[in-house]
Amino acid sequence: MKNKVEVMRVITAFLAIAFLAAACGGGADTSTSSAADACGVPAKAKCTTEAQSLTGAGATFPAPIYTKWIDQYSQLTGVQINYQPVGSGGGIKSFTDRTVDLAASDVPLTDDQFAAISGGLYMIPTVLGAVVPTYNIPNVTATLKFTPDALAGIYLGTITKWNDPKIASENPGVTLPDMGITTVHRSDGSGTTGVFTDYLSKVSPDWKTKVGSATSVNWPGGVGGNGNAGVAGAVKSTPGAIGYVELIYAIQNKIGYGVVKNASGKYVEASLDSTTKAADGFTPPDWGNLKGQQAKISITNSTNPDAWPISTFTFLLVPKDIADKGKALAVLRFAWYGMHDGQAFAKDLGYAPLPANVVTSAEAALKAVTSGGTTVLK
Amino acid sequence: MATAVATMATVPERHRVNARRRLTERVVVSLLGLATLLGIVLLFLILAHVVVSGLPALDLAFFTQRPKPFGEDGGGVEPAILGTLELAAVSGLLAIPIGIAAAIFVVEYRSGRFAAPVRFAAELIAGLPSIVIGVFVWALLVRGWVGHYAGIAGAVALAVIMVPIVARTVEEVLKLVPHSLREAALALGAPKWKVILRVVVPTARAGIATAAILAIARSAGETAPLLLTALGNDFVSTDLLRPIDALPLRIYRYALSPYEDWHTKAWGASLVLVAVIGLLSLALRLALRRGAR
Amino acid sequence: MTRTADRAFAAGVTALALLVPLTLAGIAALVLIDSWPSIQRFGFAYLTTSVWDPVHVIFGAAAYVYGTIVTTIVAVLLATPVAVGAAIFLSEFAPRRTRGVLAYLIELLAYIPSIVYGLWAIFVMVPAMRGTVEPALQNTLGRVPVIGQLFSGPIVGLDLLSGGVVLAVMILPILTAVSREVILAVPPTQREAMIGLGATRWEAVRHAVLPYARPGIIGGVVLGVARAFGETMAVTMVVGNSSRDITGSLFVPGYTLASAIANQFVEADSEIYFSAIVEVAVVLLIVAIVVNAVARLLIRRSIADRPAGAVV
Repeated sequence: MKNKVEVMRVITAFLAIAFLAAACGGGADTSTSSAADACGVPAKAKCTTEAQSLTGAGATFPAPIYTKWIDQYSQLTGVQINYQPVGSGGGIKSFTDRTVDLAASDVPLTDDQFAAISGGLYMIPTVLGAVVPTYNIPNVTATLKFTPDALAGIYLGTITKWNDPKIASENPGVTLPDMGITTVHRSDGSGTTGVFTDYLSKVSPDWKTKVGSATSVNWPGGVGGNGNAGVAGAVKSTPGAIGYVELIYAIQNKIGYGVVKNASGKYVEASLDSTTKAADGFTPPDWGNLKGQQAKISITNSTNPDAWPISTFTFLLVPKDIADKGKALAVLRFAWYGMHDGQAFAKDLGYAPLPANVVTSAEAALKAVTSGGTTVLK
Repeated sequence: MATAVATMATVPERHRVNARRRLTERVVVSLLGLATLLGIVLLFLILAHVVVSGLPALDLAFFTQRPKPFGEDGGGVEPAILGTLELAAVSGLLAIPIGIAAAIFVVEYRSGRFAAPVRFAAELIAGLPSIVIGVFVWALLVRGWVGHYAGIAGAVALAVIMVPIVARTVEEVLKLVPHSLREAALALGAPKWKVILRVVVPTARAGIATAAILAIARSAGETAPLLLTALGNDFVSTDLLRPIDALPLRIYRYALSPYEDWHTKAWGASLVLVAVIGLLSLALRLALRRGAR
Repeated sequence: MTRTADRAFAAGVTALALLVPLTLAGIAALVLIDSWPSIQRFGFAYLTTSVWDPVHVIFGAAAYVYGTIVTTIVAVLLATPVAVGAAIFLSEFAPRRTRGVLAYLIELLAYIPSIVYGLWAIFVMVPAMRGTVEPALQNTLGRVPVIGQLFSGPIVGLDLLSGGVVLAVMILPILTAVSREVILAVPPTQREAMIGLGATRWEAVRHAVLPYARPGIIGGVVLGVARAFGETMAVTMVVGNSSRDITGSLFVPGYTLASAIANQFVEADSEIYFSAIVEVAVVLLIVAIVVNAVARLLIRRSIADRPAGAVV
């Protein structure tokens, strides 16, 4: 009996030591060392003074391309960036609470949210994307055409059946069933929602007054899905459903998606080209001073005749001053990687690369970030 | 006809009624048996599904690689498996001593002023939804002391859930230790602390092992509090001051997604989780049988 | 010497044990403090408004409360007959040698983590509900006046009914276990007396055992209710996650208090939104405490008391 208690004590002590060791230890270090001046941009190899792991959270909209960048970047520099897609709302909140190193959002902060952040931030654009209406209608494989009115009506709940004249009139060759429409929206705070409702507010005065535009709104009915993935999942498994997702989620999961009539009255397909055209003539604002200027970054309902009407930039939120120099280096080098080498992955993943003038302005913003007062990137 | 009536009249009243009552009994018992069957069939249905849908996911990559970028097939859930193990170990280390201490306090020091509040508090916490405990630990550690999402916050949240389970089970077991044992030790001159540590606790060791295993099995399957504290991690991380992954978190994210590969992985992860809990419960039964000797 | 050691040990044990009530106090304090802005702003209307609008800053949790109540009622209505029936069978009628094994098997259901239930619910149960069960219900009971309202509307599968059904499966093991314990606690003399008087076994159970077990079984049901209230993951995955005007149908996507927190806590990105979500936690906390206290009172009284006038 006595011995057993002693043995238990030894085991407990051993476990306690193991626990302490784990708490004080760091992440795995897998890449190879390199020259000391590897800490500039563009990142080419491991930099010994930058943080070896970062925590990120935010938008699900760019998650497919961000996780791709992270995978490539960790092979390049050994930095492990843990990005958890919790939605733009989660990204903004985590950023405000400073519970993450890297935050992502598809939409700008509201005035109140900007005010809550001491020290200010830069919104760094990383890539362009398209929000598409995706649907699951039995026996319908055609690409459906939606007018802005139809889309607003569906989500407002005034259009309840797939064979409603407002939808049918735009799709003469398609037999639409007499089936109820189940709208799927985001149950979490979402930048994709922000973009979609921004678009609906522009094209439907009814929507603007009744529901409005934000990362979380009071949806007139429908089912809630968690993340872009959750919405796609819900649409894929629910006959008669319609949802709004970033293009790649519809493509990767082979769910049908439609086209929306743009501001010039044309039906264009969501593609790299039409998304890029939505940013045609876009003048980059002061990325560090967006309070009260949020409308400047919206590119929905563009007047360009070949533009996809529900397009958007997506952003990384970077504080104007990052106290920890190692973290600052890691964040900035990764952001730089994304908007340069990372752009090569955009096309295959259904996103559009940034226009050249946007890249230049973003570079300037990154170079302006300081750590304890001194700029980080040379 | 008259003879039939006469015959009926000669059969004792009691036997006639018995036939109806026996029929009722048979019908009712069958229904009750069906209810039992329903419960057991459900169990097998769910477990069978987990096994059948989960086995295809279990290849070497599943156990040794980290997740691939969205939409790419392959990769694995190594961070989640290691994360679950680490969280179980750390939360166990935190919760088991505290739970045992609380039980000792309530049983051996029951005349103390605080015995009742401790017991009451343990029962209340046991009845709280785990998401509320997640909110508490988020406010205390993620927003507060630690300052960011971290594995230690997840472990603490799990520990809070585990303590009442350990305390309650150990309390029952300590109460079963015969008073005569304590009195004999005291009569031989042992101080109270020795009586507890060297006589009472060792006698109850099987029950304590049960409590520990029960609590760990329960915490291994918790998701809600981890959503708000551990956050999840695509990389293997043993550092408790960084976010950590866990099987329930992975299953949740993968289940809600549209990717078929992720669905299969979610089933696979469920199979691993259920298998681990099953093994623990088996160990529990063995410990009980040995302790009874 | 030993007195110091004794005092040190006692102090150590006390310190660790006091962490428990301290934690409880901490939980209550933190959620109350963080929800204060919302409590102040919306007051009692928080519980009666069903509008949850972050844009126009109106937060009313009535739809969440409604969803929680409806799914819980469905769960209890479905699980109680099955659980009590199984408990009676296992304690009174099953062949003696199988009793332990069968009871253990049902208990195993309690070991399955709730996330696995959620997974099963989303991929197996919901398609079955959407494809078979709900259309059947709509075509039969849906035509009956008054009750029909419960089964009206478009069938989506991700709705309050699905939430209730998955909860029913999850509270089944605990309901069965408690009912069985309570029935086994009834003194055998009760049964034997009735059988001696000529009753069949079922009649003995029905008239001698169940009345004594009733308070305890009700306690078990209340415990099941408490579990159902706080269950988060499995319900979140199938309940629809949409708060809207309260209708009378079970086929409508809904929201429960716990799901609301799970979905919106991480991203409540304004102070008032955040405190409104924490207030949901406060409501959940209060309800959980009350329901649990009632449950344990009923169960403890049923097992501890010996019925007065029992034949010894």
